Amino acid sequence: MNWLPLFVAVPLGIAFLTPVLAKLWKGFPDIVGNLATGFLCLLSLWYLRFGQTTSVYYVGGWEPLNGMPLGICMVLDGLTVLMLLVVNVIGFLSTLYSISYMEHYTDKGKYYTLFLLMTTGLNGIVISGDLFNIFVFFEITAISSYALVAFGVEAEELEASFKYQVLGGLASSFILLGIALFYHLTGTLNLADASKVLTGKSASPVLYFIGVLFFIGFGLKGAFMPFHAWLPDAHPSAPAPISAMLSGVMIKVLGVYAMCRVFFNVIGMTPVILTTLMVLGTVSMVLGVFLAVGQWDLKRLLAYHSISQMGYIVLGIGLGTPLGILGGLFHLMNHTVFKSLLFLNAGSLEFATGTRNLKRMGGLKDKMPITHFTTLIASFSIAGLPPFNGFWSKLLIVMACIQAGHPVYAVWAILGSLLTLASFMKVMRYAFGGEGKTVWEHVREVPSWMCLAMIVLVVLSTTMGLLLIPSLKAAVLDPAVRVLSDGLSYAANVLGG
Amino acid sequence: MIVFVMAIVLFLIGLYGVLVKRNVFKILIALSIIEYSVNLLFALIGYRRGGTVPILTEGTKAGTFFVDPIPQALVLTAIVIGLGTTALLAAVAVRLYEKYDTYDVRKIRKLRG
Repeated sequence: MNWLPLFVAVPLGIAFLTPVLAKLWKGFPDIVGNLATGFLCLLSLWYLRFGQTTSVYYVGGWEPLNGMPLGICMVLDGLTVLMLLVVNVIGFLSTLYSISYMEHYTDKGKYYTLFLLMTTGLNGIVISGDLFNIFVFFEITAISSYALVAFGVEAEELEASFKYQVLGGLASSFILLGIALFYHLTGTLNLADASKVLTGKSASPVLYFIGVLFFIGFGLKGAFMPFHAWLPDAHPSAPAPISAMLSGVMIKVLGVYAMCRVFFNVIGMTPVILTTLMVLGTVSMVLGVFLAVGQWDLKRLLAYHSISQMGYIVLGIGLGTPLGILGGLFHLMNHTVFKSLLFLNAGSLEFATGTRNLKRMGGLKDKMPITHFTTLIASFSIAGLPPFNGFWSKLLIVMACIQAGHPVYAVWAILGSLLTLASFMKVMRYAFGGEGKTVWEHVREVPSWMCLAMIVLVVLSTTMGLLLIPSLKAAVLDPAVRVLSDGLSYAANVLGG
Repeated sequence: MIVFVMAIVLFLIGLYGVLVKRNVFKILIALSIIEYSVNLLFALIGYRRGGTVPILTEGTKAGTFFVDPIPQALVLTAIVIGLGTTALLAAVAVRLYEKYDTYDVRKIRKLRG
């Protein structure tokens, strides 16, 4: 029995249940929302054992006829399993955190509706096997995240949401235009079938144009450097658990995953695309961190670091060698963990003190020991200090750069890492160090649900380096790397299996 | 061929509007123009001259020339999605006016850095 559709069905069903249940008793949305995401989290862990081979689920039992796909199909392979794990683990921890954090917002029922719709969209993108569904799930994710960014309906949040919606709408149109031309070229929207059709054709100018359109579309959604303008506004404006989801998961699924799937598995990688990815990755990495150092708004600083860390992921994957892809995907997992943790820490600070301005904080070390400790570990992790997880993936990326004969990129990667360390020393110094200010006399540690979510993430970021142990690596990372490095054999795997 | 070019021109008009116009609602309209130009192009690409309705019934002969329903289904979905995004954007635009007392995007600038 294949349970793959549950990743979409469960959050979609529960999403519309929570506002109804909220009318009966206001505790219901928390319980139901957490049960749903907790179930998805366990399901995604259980699915780790199926990542070694490619399996296909035909919705409604419409199996392909003479090799022609008829209906919708869902594809499960190593990369899918990895992304499902990333989405659902962080989703569960974010909802745990929301139990206490969202108390000072109104209407938790609708919050969980939007949150679960976003999870539906993210899971859907990851398991879809055709561009039609990928587009629809893209839009589900996008619309729910637009609404979540504006959830507080203050002036700044509305402004950020507006900016995000205009650029997001533009990105969707570019992607749809790309899909239209893609259909024109191949006559199908099924990824595996299209890939098979494309291998028989020589590269045409239309294909390059489609590539550019997808690049702009996914680049805008994933906030790569020339398209990053909306991110530092949108991510800090959302409530903290949503910032964790947006920065930790969404830009990766919408940007990196979609781009990898289309370019590596369907269109086929060419040196031109790889070089573009590497250059964009390096530019994002360096400029993002430069912009981050000067920020005083804590969540805005973290948002710029997201751009920078996305640069590492894109650089690693853009190298195109198995080691580079391994580094990129491992950094993707690690960044999800420590960036979500940092956004939750920033949320805790805002929850306790009511401000995000680093200049106004200070001396919170003794008042909030757990937040202090978790922020410290997360800062070490993002700056790439051993033995935390960020170190291992950055090391892999730097090694892959040198191995592939691009030492210049390696130097930039190390420089970016040093600047990251500097900017997080600033965060620790201004938020927690120094004399205790009298205004913060009344500040207490945040409620236990929020602490629990942060502590789980700390444990993850301390221990995730162990994923490089060969037996664990073979179970989690290697299947995903194989999907990307084997490239066009995706079509044969899906249609044959 | 000329209709395809017209759809692309429509797309570019919308893009111009999004990039140049300063009024929140004009940006909204420009985004809608972009969406509809893409939908139009997609529907045109999916059109097959002389094809019949793609419904398989008892009397359908083998080898009948069908129109592929996928592009039409996708365009319909995209139109509905477009309705959703437009409504949400309009709602946010009205809320923005309540907060800033203006529709000019140059004056809606509290976020910096």
